[in-house]
Amino acid sequence: MAVRSQPLAPPRPRVARVGATRRRPVLLAVATGMLLVGALVLGVAMGTVTIDPRDTLGILGHRLLGLDLPVTWTEQAEVIVMDLRLPRVLTTMLVGMALAVAGVTFQGLLRNPLADPYVLGTASGAALGAAIAVLIPVRSAILGFGLLNGLAFLGALAAVLVVYRLARLSGLAPLTGLLLTGYAVGSLLAAGLAMAMYVSGAGLRQIFGYLLGGFSNASWEHLLGAFPLVVVASVLILLRARTLNGLLLGEEAAAHLGIDVRRERRILLGLASLVTAAAVAISGLIGFVGLVVPHVVRLLVGPSARLVLPLSALGGAVLLAYADLAARLLGDIPVGVVTALLGAPFFIIVLRRSRAGYEL
Amino acid sequence: MTMVLRMTGVDAAYRQVPVLRGIDLSVDAGERLALIGPNGAGKSTLLRVAAGLLTPQRGEVELVGRSLAGLDRMAVARRLAVVPQEPSLPFAATVEEIVGLGRLPHEDPFRGARPADRAAIAAAIERVGVGHLLGRDARELSLGERQLVLIALAVAQAAPILVLDEPTVHLDLRHQVSTMELLVDLNERDGTTIVAVLHDLSLAVHFFPRIVLLDGGVVAGDGPPGTVLSPDRIREVFGVDPGFVRVAV
Repeated sequence: MAVRSQPLAPPRPRVARVGATRRRPVLLAVATGMLLVGALVLGVAMGTVTIDPRDTLGILGHRLLGLDLPVTWTEQAEVIVMDLRLPRVLTTMLVGMALAVAGVTFQGLLRNPLADPYVLGTASGAALGAAIAVLIPVRSAILGFGLLNGLAFLGALAAVLVVYRLARLSGLAPLTGLLLTGYAVGSLLAAGLAMAMYVSGAGLRQIFGYLLGGFSNASWEHLLGAFPLVVVASVLILLRARTLNGLLLGEEAAAHLGIDVRRERRILLGLASLVTAAAVAISGLIGFVGLVVPHVVRLLVGPSARLVLPLSALGGAVLLAYADLAARLLGDIPVGVVTALLGAPFFIIVLRRSRAGYEL
Repeated sequence: MTMVLRMTGVDAAYRQVPVLRGIDLSVDAGERLALIGPNGAGKSTLLRVAAGLLTPQRGEVELVGRSLAGLDRMAVARRLAVVPQEPSLPFAATVEEIVGLGRLPHEDPFRGARPADRAAIAAAIERVGVGHLLGRDARELSLGERQLVLIALAVAQAAPILVLDEPTVHLDLRHQVSTMELLVDLNERDGTTIVAVLHDLSLAVHFFPRIVLLDGGVVAGDGPPGTVLSPDRIREVFGVDPGFVRVAV
């Protein structure tokens, strides 16, 4: 009997998987969008005084959207919602977005999965800048706000430049060099903050607030001051997504793909520092948001900055809004405690994974 | 024949240390050229000058009819593609995402890849034969597979000149030969001009009709393998007994 050899089955193209990753960004955007709306309603309704979610929605619809609704709520509830909780929730979202966008940018630029505004010392630099601004007696509120943001920006920029330069000069492996220099510079900045607190006098509480991080001082004023900075800088970063993508294979490869690496690096370091500074100036130091969110997003949609940036912005807003809600429900503990509880184990996991299979 | 790369009287230096001196080189469209020479002869520097990453101190470089000095990085990248050398990946990325990077110089800076870019990516994947690797994490590939993916990236870049710096380093013999065969195929069927730095003289001789020999920063020989790689030249430039180099010339 003749034995006929079976023709080899052609390798099955893995189209299904490709298609799945294409749909995922949309699903993720919808899911985080819904979570964001949920965070808004819950964040405004919950607290020491619980306000009926229907009343919360009513107040928001009435005041924000101008809907003509029957008033079923007290004036006190309206004050709590509009002047205390709404600016706080929106501030958490803006800051979460800012930290996540800065995290994506620093990670892409430094080609390091552990770079985030907190680990790099950028946030500490901004906090020290803001603390120095508190020490300078300025009468005018507008001038004071400008000074606060300006010095926070300079502090953030100086910290990231020093860490970046030192890490490159250290001759250590990229990951180690960055972590060690980030730690060294961060310690120095912490000493600076301690010194600022020591000499602060009346400004102590405010400077301590930067160190601790949190949203108890959130106000419409602060929010509206930071909003344009964060949004404009984030959009400018998004427009440079191509640069971040090019850097995926290294600076030399990026240059061969048409990226002017030196110029783009300056612009992006500046923009990411600006975003960080604007966030720190209104919330103080909050760790790990810029680390955790971009990672989870990358796992779900791949490394393209064009997707990772906007989805991380959404994810950062969601994460910090819920973290602050949890912090409030746990008796108004600092929100940094909540993010650290989530972020520190995550950091260790990423560090372990980064050691294996870092090379392409 | 149209000239795609021309260097006239190029001097180049790294931190004031001269590396290239008086380089005259012209490459026609559709040529296949191997750049050889001992370590430190200036081969990689010459590639960096051609790619516009190192500005020559003296002399003129032309890329596809335009002076390199007048081209911005994107315009250079649309004329000359370089296969990346031993890159590291900080984040997980699939093979198609890596190949897709080749479209950066073409895609819309704001909207990203358009249908034409996606078609070019698919064509490059097909052309280089890495379709079976789709969906794989690029960090888990073997060295041979990785090299193919990086060549596919450069093919997706759709530049008339393809430049490779030691494409066979770390590869076993089978993958060395298949990489060379792929380069020959890209050159002969698509008309892509190929400029490759090679250390392995026998690969250079076997697969490249034109050899440029660099020694001490100057062109010490330029022409077909038979004339460039005479036993005396090998002894003089590489300082080894030509008997060690079994070149079938």
